[in-house]
This record gives sequence, C-alpha cells and structure tokens, in this order.
Amino acid sequence: MRKLAVVLMAMGCLPLAALAAEPEAAAEASKPVKWEEWHAGNSIEDTSSLQRGARNFMNYCNGCHALKYVRYQRMADDLKIPTDVLNRDLVAPGSNALSYITTSLPAADAVNWFGKVPPDLSLITRSRSPDYVYRLFKTFYVDPASATGTNNLAYPGVAMPAVLSDLCGVNQAVFRQDGDQKLFDHFESVVPGTLTPAQCDDFVRDTVNFLDYVGEPSQIERHAIGIWVVLFLILLTWLTWLLKNEYWKDVH
Amino acid sequence: MANEAAYKPGFWGWLNRRLPVDVFMRSQLTEYYAPKNFNFWYFFGSLALLVLVMQLVTGIFLAMFYKVGENTAFDSVEFIMREVDFGWLLRYLHSTGASAFFLVIYLHMLRGIMYGSYKTPRELLWLFGMIIYLALMAEAFMGYVLPWGNMSFWAATVIINLFGAIPVIGPGLVEWIRGDYGIADATLNRFFSLHVVALPLLLLLLVALHLVALHEVGSNNPDGVDIKEKKNAQGIPLDGIPFHPYYTVKDIFGAAAFLTLFAIVVFFVPTFADLFLEKANFEPANPLSTPDPISPSWYFTPYYAILRSFPDKSTGAVFMLIAVSAFFFLPWLDRSPVKSIRYRGWIYKTFFTLFVLSFLGLMYLGLQPAQGIYVTLSRICCVPYFLFFVLMPFYTRWDPVKPVPERVTAHA
Repeated sequence: MRKLAVVLMAMGCLPLAALAAEPEAAAEASKPVKWEEWHAGNSIEDTSSLQRGARNFMNYCNGCHALKYVRYQRMADDLKIPTDVLNRDLVAPGSNALSYITTSLPAADAVNWFGKVPPDLSLITRSRSPDYVYRLFKTFYVDPASATGTNNLAYPGVAMPAVLSDLCGVNQAVFRQDGDQKLFDHFESVVPGTLTPAQCDDFVRDTVNFLDYVGEPSQIERHAIGIWVVLFLILLTWLTWLLKNEYWKDVH
Repeated sequence: MANEAAYKPGFWGWLNRRLPVDVFMRSQLTEYYAPKNFNFWYFFGSLALLVLVMQLVTGIFLAMFYKVGENTAFDSVEFIMREVDFGWLLRYLHSTGASAFFLVIYLHMLRGIMYGSYKTPRELLWLFGMIIYLALMAEAFMGYVLPWGNMSFWAATVIINLFGAIPVIGPGLVEWIRGDYGIADATLNRFFSLHVVALPLLLLLLVALHLVALHEVGSNNPDGVDIKEKKNAQGIPLDGIPFHPYYTVKDIFGAAAFLTLFAIVVFFVPTFADLFLEKANFEPANPLSTPDPISPSWYFTPYYAILRSFPDKSTGAVFMLIAVSAFFFLPWLDRSPVKSIRYRGWIYKTFFTLFVLSFLGLMYLGLQPAQGIYVTLSRICCVPYFLFFVLMPFYTRWDPVKPVPERVTAHA
C-alpha cells in the first residue's frame, strides 16, 4: 500500500495517495479519546495479519456466523494458507475445501438462545465498515439489564455476547450525566483478559482485516492489476497527446 | 458525392458497388468539416459514445452471470464479484460507467448551454439529446434496482411511488408499473427486461438520430460562429477541418485521458466514498428495514432535492418534472442574438452562474437528510434554478451582448 501511495504521489494524484495512505496514518496516530473515532487501521496487504484473522474467525466467530459467499479453498489461495493446514485446522467437520464457509449453529437453536439468527458476515465490512466492526468488538461493557449480561456502544442492544472477554477482559462503562442525557465517559477494567490491551487490539485488528478481505476477496488482485493499468493508460495518454500534436501542426 | 470507389478494381471496388462504405466515410469523417476551435468542453460528446459502448459490452457479459429474481439476484451479483473470472472488473466497470456516463452527459449539456448549441438550427439536435438524457435516467434507475440490495429496493419504492401523485390514475398506475402490490419479483423481472433490451435499443436509436442531426447541421463552436458562412472556392468552410484525422486523433487523446481517471476509480476507489456504490446496497433487499436516509444516486439528487423542497409530495413531484423538462424548452426560451457565453453580457452570465451553482448545491443537498438547514438551503437553491428558465425570454433580450466576430477566434 505504501509503495502504491508513493507511485501515485509521484504522478500528482495527491488526493488518491492520501486516500491510500489513510489507514496507516490512522494506525500510527495515537488513539483518539472518543471511541467513535477509533480506526481499525488494518491493511489488506498484510498476509500474515489476514492468516491470523482467519484463525481468529474460525475459533471465535464461525461457531455462530457463516461466510456463505466464501469457499475455504479460495480463502486459502488468497491468504497463502498451506492445504494441509487448511484441512487440519480451518475446514469445519462435515465440510471440505471446496465448501462455502457455513456455521454449525442451527438457525432454530440460534433463535432460541439469542432471539435471532446471527447474520452472515460475508459483507459486514461493506455494508458497515471495517472501522465499525472494530469499534463493535472494542466497546462491549457490563450491563446487568441485558440478556447476555453485556451491552455495546457501537451497537446498543446487540444480541451477541462479548465473545472476546476471556482474551480482552471485561469492562465497566462509566457514564456521565449531561443535562438529561447519559453520555459515555470511559471504560474501567473489571476483569483483565489473558492478552495485554495492545495484544487485544492486534487480535481485533487481524480479525477485522480478515473480514475486510472477506467483504471483497478480489481487492488484493484489484490493487495489483490496477497500478499497471493506470501506468499503461498514462503512457497511452502521453503517446496520443504527441500523435495529436503531430497531426495538428498544420492547423493554423 | 460521387461514388468513385465503385470504379476501383479489387475488393474495395466490389464492396463499394454494393455498399457505400467510401461515400459514407468521406461524407461523415474525412470530408465532414468541423470548426477548428473546439476546446476542452468538446471532448464529452465522443466520451459519451465511448461510455455507452463500454456499458453495452460490460452489460452483455454481466447478463451472462446475473440471475434475475428476488431470491437469486443479490447472490448472483456476489457470485460475479467473487467467483467469475474478472467478474469484479466487469461489475466495477459497469457501476463506475453509470456514474461516468452522467458526469460526461452533464458536462456535455453544460457545454451546450454555455455555447448556445441548442439555438437555431440545432433545436432538434438538442431535443434528441434531451430525450437521450431522459432514457438514460430510466436506464440507470432500473439498472440500480437489479442488484436487489436494500437501497435498490427502497429507491425503487420511493421513485415508483412518485407516480402515485398523478390524480385519479396514480394509484392504479403505480400498481401497473410494479406488477404487484409492492416492489417484488415481478418488478425486478420487468426492470431487467427494460434495462437490457428495451432501453438500450431506444438509446442506440436516439444516439443515431442525434448524430445524423448533428452531421446535417454541423457542430456549433465556442464562438457560436457559423463556419458555413465563409467558404473557400471549393466550398470548404475556411474555419473547418476534416473530422478525420484531426478530431479523431484529438478524441483518442481525450479517451485515453478519460480512461486513465476512470481506471483510477475502478481499481482504487470503486465505491467512491459511498457515492457510486452505497453501503446499504451490500445488504440484501429487506422490506422490513428501511435504510436511513434513503437517497438516490448522486446524478438524481438535484431533482430529489427539489422534490423534497415542497411540503406536499404532489407539488414537489410537479416541480421536479418541470425542473427536468425545462431543458427541452431552452431553444425557444433563449431570445439572445448571440449563441456563445463569450459574447453575452453580465445579466446572462449572472443568471447562468447562479443556475450552475444552484444545480451543484441541490446535488449536494439531495444527498443530505431532509431536515432543518438542508431543506431551507434546497428551497433557496430552487429560486435561481427556476428563474434561469422562467425569466430567460426577458433577460436574454435585455442582456448587453458584445459583437460576434466574423471568423472563429482561436484553436488549440
């Protein structure tokens, strides 16, 4: 991505370069105080992050959520996961490498347990955004009034329990009174997780990165081809400009 | 024009004795004289043709994989995006192409207004162009419904319900268009048929008529000077140059430059910050969940903002209709003795500038929620928009115009 940004900047496509460089800039900046401004800071070019994200998804999400448009084999090809690792660790029992990634949770049980069927996540980063999913993971807090015992700032009333609480710990949300409104102020850790806060961030970022990939598996290929197409077209534009000038010499 | 090629030996002669290929190429290209002073604004006609061809070709390939039907449409689009070789490219070329088409057409229309290209003898040319614009709006709207995302569904609901504003026949008409009591499978199927067969055929016919009419009267130019007034001994306009090779090489350059920008969008920002492909359309159509806010594609938002500026839906719909159809009457509303903005006075230039700004303003406001300051600003923008047309017969007559030169002034 950085290489792309440099090339584009060299061509004077500054706004686009700024766009391409944005996720990294956000990751490097210190975390804003307000959770609404947190960025996932993931990078689709980071294959090992995508691999870790795939592992995280299979271990923590796939129990309830499917990726019905993605085949295991396609995922393994794009993420450079060896076939033996794919079949041993990632493909669910009863599926094979060519299957779409389904969940083993029966819909009827899901309705019974959570009140609704957990949504398919194939397009969650496209219909929302990677940042949204990142904030969702990071803003669970204890709420005794909720059926799951937790609630969420990004998605108030979410039916999903805080599945990462053993890794990232359990937070208490502290609210402050502003007039007649109850506004979120900050989190206080109640039970620490097995991961440090920084490790937890990385865990969530890798998972979001994987979901970003899943939302549009062709985006890696798209960027790779795109740079050559644009370079070719710039060359073609220059040549046709010379050709035009050659012909137009005799117009006075 | 004599068919000299028919007397040539070999295949070329054989062909031309049976089909006037040579006569056609000479009359339409190598001996078709265009003004030599076309500027930047004159690229958009040929670019519109380029985008049309691109939409037809990518559309043909998309239709090979797209599966019309309320239970299959959304999944088949994702199948194209993920499992068809270069399906993502076809889809992004087509979705970006739709927005590019409108961008090019709007700039093409702006050029026509700036240089008075709708004035005598080009009224019919302008009318054909305007009908193309309307057909294109229908084509784009129906194409937008085909992926069967949630915004597809709700945009279709809102737009088709507008026909309900027509007195007496409204409700029945809405039902007839939908083919059901709500937007449903029947609606999707008929929109597919219209999008891939009826409207492309109509568009091709209209484009052909637009080009025939153009070549009959000849192009206007940035000076609004009639180049046919001053001809040399051979009857060739002094300020004219053969379309081929001069404008073909120039348009090829324009096409290459356009495609460079187009490719940057297709390969790096295909959703264009939610403007070309919206987030809500990556969720399947859901009659129980309304996206908030419902907004049409950016190329419809000026009219959508006008619709929402009126508290009553029927009045809004009437003004929206007037806002679109007012362009048809430009050739007869404009009473100025000069064509080009270069020789018009400050009164016209003021009205024109305010009109362009209000159009852009409405485009922005139509993308915002219909509340508070946005509605107020939309109402303010409506005033110069409509006054541009309504007062045109008057201010174009009072306008202090400048003398128009005998010959075109510059070329590049």
